[in-house]
Amino acid sequence: MSTQQLPEHPDFLWRNPEPKSSYDAVIVGGGGHGLATAYFLAKNHGMTNIAVLEKGWLAGGNMARNTTIIRSNYLWDESAAIYEHALKLWEILPEELEYDFLFSQRGVMNLAHTLGDVRESIRRVGANKLNGVDAEWLEPDQVKELCPILNISDNIRYPVMGATYQPRAGIAKHDHVAWAFARKCDELGVDIIQNCEVTGFLKDGNRVVGVKTNRGTINTEKVGLCAAGHSSVLAEMAGFRLPIQSHPLQALVSELHEPVHPTVVMSNHVHVYVSQAHKGELVMGAGVDSYNGYGQRGSFHVIENQMAAAVELFPIFARAHVLRTWGGIVDTTLDASPIVGTTPVDNMFVNCGWGTGGFKGTPAAGLTFAHTIATGAPHKLNKPFALERFETGALIDEHGAAAVAH
Amino acid sequence: MLLITCPNCGSRDETEFHYGGQAHVAYPENPNELNDREWAEFLFYRENTKGTFAERWVHSTGCRQWFNMLRDTVTYDIQAVYPMGTPRPAAAVPPAAESGTASTAADSTTTGTAAPDAASSGTASTTAPEGATK
Repeated sequence: MSTQQLPEHPDFLWRNPEPKSSYDAVIVGGGGHGLATAYFLAKNHGMTNIAVLEKGWLAGGNMARNTTIIRSNYLWDESAAIYEHALKLWEILPEELEYDFLFSQRGVMNLAHTLGDVRESIRRVGANKLNGVDAEWLEPDQVKELCPILNISDNIRYPVMGATYQPRAGIAKHDHVAWAFARKCDELGVDIIQNCEVTGFLKDGNRVVGVKTNRGTINTEKVGLCAAGHSSVLAEMAGFRLPIQSHPLQALVSELHEPVHPTVVMSNHVHVYVSQAHKGELVMGAGVDSYNGYGQRGSFHVIENQMAAAVELFPIFARAHVLRTWGGIVDTTLDASPIVGTTPVDNMFVNCGWGTGGFKGTPAAGLTFAHTIATGAPHKLNKPFALERFETGALIDEHGAAAVAH
Repeated sequence: MLLITCPNCGSRDETEFHYGGQAHVAYPENPNELNDREWAEFLFYRENTKGTFAERWVHSTGCRQWFNMLRDTVTYDIQAVYPMGTPRPAAAVPPAAESGTASTAADSTTTGTAAPDAASSGTASTTAPEGATK
């Protein structure tokens, strides 16, 4: 592996239009999911008279704050189906969007540190294989072979007892992904409206008919919410509730280093996940802060714990320096699975609850959510992720595969 | 790192505490009569307030007592600390010791006796108190 040249920083890729007085559909949230939804609405369903409203700047929320990991090795059939579909889309999107966002399939390892981890991991590898997801179980010496800088000594607090490995998994440049979608949306006629915060909804009976914003009222037939950590706030404005808790999730990068880390290593048990970005920064994510928060920052002790774990697993990181830390607001559900589908308000749809791992799901979220908005019915991939599952009890418990480390 | 003023022990680091989520969620009075929607509300639906939020914390490495707190979920400012079993304060009142400074008060070394309301914070800590409905 060598340090790769990044693409030139692009010139303006989309217009900055004034909002029109009405659209066929309005997507709230100009992050990866909102842009992907708009793209698939335009491309697959011919809905081009639509707008994406973003309260800040395009893809400045979690889309710019995640650790860019893409994988599909989830335990349950429903999750494997939607995440594997996402991964297959990731594989063709650079060509389809005509934008090389450096999707690098360098593999993802999920370490096992306890006997419980080992059993859960081997079970998950088996489940993955049955679902057509590439997965392997690695013994410690194979882990070392794939990632030589990992410390596999028995004599550490959380020894590496093996790992699951998904070779087709990897990372991508998240901001370039957003720009790639935004450019295509713009070409297809979608209005991307930044600095446009939704302040309320207009309803006719139980049907949404418009969106109130700080830039005026916009009439629309359909509304799709893609607002991640702020989904509950929007739902409250619209008059319904979501089973979501918003938490700060932090990540950090080091200064640039020579390529030392050839893959992606995640550890649910010690709450750290590490890769090396194309330019050379070590990128590390932590666990969520325990408390509810909307402040886009978390507590320092979370980072301290994460660093302790990282330095024990990767002794050479001891001399690296933390360059930047930041936080995003993630929308967690109690079963660690997303909510994609209809809401109690007619013509209003919601895509949320992706929690700590929404980036990898971006293309599938967009594809299936666009289907739901256009047709009013679930796509077969998002059907199990409906809001109703919290009443029926058909939860999709992905804490083993998701947990803190998406 | 939050500095949290435990009603019994004084101002301590956040790492000594565990979070308990939304406060004032009472167990259903007649569980047998709940339908699926109502069970879903009780089990899975919690307020996710942007702004002042009433929440539970436990001083797990200190006095091990639960208490309630009003905290702003945007600024993370702690606006009030009050015992389990008492209603949410109408207006935000500052906690006993100012956050941002380590407590040097005498009560930080005692166990519970100097609490503002030792009786209610000590006894009503784990059961849903009367009147503590949402």
